[in-house]
Amino acid sequence: MESISKDLFIEVKDLHVEFDVRAGIVKAVDGMFLEIRRGQTVGVIGESGCGKSVTARAIMNMIPKPGKITGGEILYHRRNRETGEVQTIDITKLDPDGEIIRQIRGGEIGMIFQEPMSSLTPVYTAGQHIYEAVSLHRLIPVKKLGDQMVETIVAHRKVTKEEAREIAVEMLRKVGIPKPEQRVDSYPHQLSGGQRQRVMIAIALSCQPEMLIADEPTTALDVSIEAQILDVMRDLQNTVNMAIMFITHNLGVVAEMAEEIVVMYMGKQVERARVVDLFYKPKHPYTQALLRSIPRIGKKSDVRLATIEGMVPDPFHLPTGCVFHPRCPMFMPGKCDKIEPSNIQVDDHHWARCLLYEEVKV
Amino acid sequence: MTAATLPTKKSQARQVSQSYWSLVWWKFKKNRIAVIGGIILILMYFCMAVIPEFIAPYALERKSSFTEARPQTIRFIDAQGNFSLRPFVYGLERKIDEQLRRRTYVENPQVKYYIYFFVKGDPYKLLGFIPWDRHLFGVDPSIKDAHIYIMGTDSNGRDFFSRIIYGGRLSLLIGLIGQLLTIILGSILGAISGYYGGAIDMFVQRFTEFLNAFPDIPLFMALAAAIPKYWSPITVYFMLTLILAFVRWGGLARQVRGLILSLREREYVLAAKSAGASDSRIMFRHLLPGTMSHVIVIATLSIPGMILSETALSWLGLGLRPPLTSWGVLLQEAGTVYAIRFAAWQLWTIPFILATIMAYNMLGDGLRDAMDPYSAR
Amino acid sequence: MVNYILRRLGYAVILTVLVSFVGFVIIKLPPGDFLTQKLEQLRARGDRSAEAQIEALRAKYGLDKPFMEQYTTWAVGFLKGDFGESFAYERPVRDLLGERLWLTVILSVATLIVVWALAIPLGVYSAVRQYSLGDQIITTISFIGLGMPGFLLALLILYFAIVVLNQDVLGLFSPQYQDAPWSIGKVLDLLQHLWVPAIISAVTGAGGLIRIMRGNLLDTLGQPFIEAARARGLKNRDVIWKHGVRMAINPLIVILGSEALPGIISGNALVSIVLNLPTIGPLFVQALRQLDMYLAGTCLVIFTILLMLGNLLSDLMLAWLDPRIRLE
Repeated sequence: MESISKDLFIEVKDLHVEFDVRAGIVKAVDGMFLEIRRGQTVGVIGESGCGKSVTARAIMNMIPKPGKITGGEILYHRRNRETGEVQTIDITKLDPDGEIIRQIRGGEIGMIFQEPMSSLTPVYTAGQHIYEAVSLHRLIPVKKLGDQMVETIVAHRKVTKEEAREIAVEMLRKVGIPKPEQRVDSYPHQLSGGQRQRVMIAIALSCQPEMLIADEPTTALDVSIEAQILDVMRDLQNTVNMAIMFITHNLGVVAEMAEEIVVMYMGKQVERARVVDLFYKPKHPYTQALLRSIPRIGKKSDVRLATIEGMVPDPFHLPTGCVFHPRCPMFMPGKCDKIEPSNIQVDDHHWARCLLYEEVKV
Repeated sequence: MTAATLPTKKSQARQVSQSYWSLVWWKFKKNRIAVIGGIILILMYFCMAVIPEFIAPYALERKSSFTEARPQTIRFIDAQGNFSLRPFVYGLERKIDEQLRRRTYVENPQVKYYIYFFVKGDPYKLLGFIPWDRHLFGVDPSIKDAHIYIMGTDSNGRDFFSRIIYGGRLSLLIGLIGQLLTIILGSILGAISGYYGGAIDMFVQRFTEFLNAFPDIPLFMALAAAIPKYWSPITVYFMLTLILAFVRWGGLARQVRGLILSLREREYVLAAKSAGASDSRIMFRHLLPGTMSHVIVIATLSIPGMILSETALSWLGLGLRPPLTSWGVLLQEAGTVYAIRFAAWQLWTIPFILATIMAYNMLGDGLRDAMDPYSAR
Repeated sequence: MVNYILRRLGYAVILTVLVSFVGFVIIKLPPGDFLTQKLEQLRARGDRSAEAQIEALRAKYGLDKPFMEQYTTWAVGFLKGDFGESFAYERPVRDLLGERLWLTVILSVATLIVVWALAIPLGVYSAVRQYSLGDQIITTISFIGLGMPGFLLALLILYFAIVVLNQDVLGLFSPQYQDAPWSIGKVLDLLQHLWVPAIISAVTGAGGLIRIMRGNLLDTLGQPFIEAARARGLKNRDVIWKHGVRMAINPLIVILGSEALPGIISGNALVSIVLNLPTIGPLFVQALRQLDMYLAGTCLVIFTILLMLGNLLSDLMLAWLDPRIRLE
């Protein structure tokens, strides 16, 4: 078996996404790099508007209007489930309503969203949602006893309604919904927020995807529910071995979930490291500032929590040089406002995009 | 690390702090269609409701021997191909159509009447008190039998264009006055019902639901038919306005009620309440102004319905009746198959009505967008 | 669900009773009645026995009774399908309504179908292709239709048909087919007349509905569940129709009851008068003009009942379509 580091699943390379709004062009993602390996959980953190959700949607090739992928590629190393052959597809080149991307969406990459309250269509039951997904993506192998008394798969057929219902009940049970046989016929308005997010997870997992994109799945939930949902996700990941791209602005959550963390700022990856390295040895001043802003139990209560100076820049007038320089406590005049830093490996499996670690001529 | 209270840099974002109404005005001005609608309406109201006597070349009841005469075309070039900077019309000549056995009129190229501006004509009182006799345009009154009927004449030989201009006064005003009554009734009852709740609310709610149970045109028709025929025209006019307002206030009241219900819980109202403001002060100083923009939009968009209701009722002979002249009354004569076949120019009323409705819709749509200046649309 | 239907039904019954009473009051409002008018006519003709004749008629129609008694007699008769007598025609109102009632219902339903069949696809197209050329054309046309009152359009079409086409489009049948038995010729003749009301209802009714459908769908397509459906791998077409349109149509059903149907009933009444269609509308106007009380009252109440039935249907349809209401 190949080593894990080579078992790549998704590679985002120099991705650019622009939104052409009336007031101008917003570069929502501006040269983003991201790697996700099979079975790996990658946390993507950053302030709202930094481009994390847009990156996730780009992977699904469903950037909402008026957004457009304007550069870079998203390589998807697609593995055939039967033969195990790996084929590389550039997702950005696919027709956004084409056959291939529709197989990928839901079937190979599932996604759950920030707003469980409104992510289910109100007129369909939980079961109908699951049936819809399963009937699109799950094929039941038709087996036949061959010459050497070995079962061979001769064809695939679609799931029947009864089978889909069984799958639905099974999935609802897996995500921890009580009385799944009854809940399968519940409409969204009859479910609580936490239950709805569990249903969303059940829908996403019902097609056995190889990766799950979780876009702030617990932001809208109470803290106690949040913990339950995270438990569900971790348990499931252990049993089905899928990759997770976990998007959040909550550092605590990401520390619990992820193996590796990517920090984003203004559409760029500014730091990438293993969880432990990132929390104990943050390199980028932005990451450092973010970490200082976490409240900690046991600290003196009269000390004010650190904030990051300044405001997120106006998206129409991005700062020159390093986009973080107007807010950076380590700002080096004449350098940071002139030169755009590149992605530098600062340590073993640790990258940062900062001129502090880069030898450049002024 | 000790958290520092860092001095925040001056925000680079443009700070826009303007009053609500100036924002509305600014956004409205940018909407060209709405502005055009507004200008058309101002012109129409000014020409037809304020100074129709001046705009119309003839007095409302000025009869002539030209009955059901076709419109004269305004020309610059005569039959011989001579160009004249001053526009003119050919005189009408009576002819008998043998086939139809009817009297008709044809233009006679031998007789030219030049069109002048500010000509002397039928005397009138401008704005009701300034005696004058000039008209915006017309033909030289010193020529015997000179006439100009740019939209033909009716069965009594009255100039149809003049009648449309005069008719506009009643039709346009019934929309405004009726809507004003609706606003007063609707917003006061809606506000009371939303603010106090209880029995009044109950009553207003049930009553509007009840009125809604009737289809409006048949209800208008039945109510209009109940106006005694022997009442004076002016009384009939006001009764009709009252009926229109009476049937229509319910919708507005509901909307206002809903708005008040949501505004009532806002902080500034609670603040006023805790400061000891009286109910009526809260209502008139804090709540009703908050609903104004909404009410204005609804009102603008429902005036056309009101004008149309009058038109329809009068056209059916259930609303205004001659000698009152409104667009609906004019249609009454024009809407028969006979009239359409032989005097189709009497349908000229319709473009005027449609222009009014379109203009109101354009204005109302623009206002709706403008009243919500913080939306991106 | 059963509860909901029962509540709606009970409400409709109470409303009908109230409406019939108020309708009767309104119809009785005009000073004098048909008989006083007739009396004057007879007197003018110098009929000596005028007074006696009228008194006899008054007694026959029960007009000498107190108001409440007149109403109860009429209302009880109404329940049995006896709507009283028309003074002007001297025939039972029931006979006069007969076919006209059915034609009114058919015309209303046909209008509704034409309007919806046009409005929904056009509204969907307009929303999905927002700001495209097609959207702009549809928006412009619907805007014009929105402001165009049906009866004025009917007059304009009448002008067009008479003056330009020199064709008779009044009524539903040409004279030679009026009383003829049904045949292919009669059907063709009917179609030749039917295009006029069809166009009118299409233009006037669909305009507003297209705008609403477009707005609703645009709102719905911005909802998270649309993105979620797309992320499940649905075809764009399925996302739009099975999730977008399916949700956007619910508010339209509410509008059907509260705005579209009253508009259609009122509008069709006027259009029928212009085009001389054999529906209740023209009969109603005539009855009002002649103070033909029972006829006018019955027409008004029937209009209202039609509206109420439509409302009830739209309520039920909404309940069927939307589980949030159904499972209340």
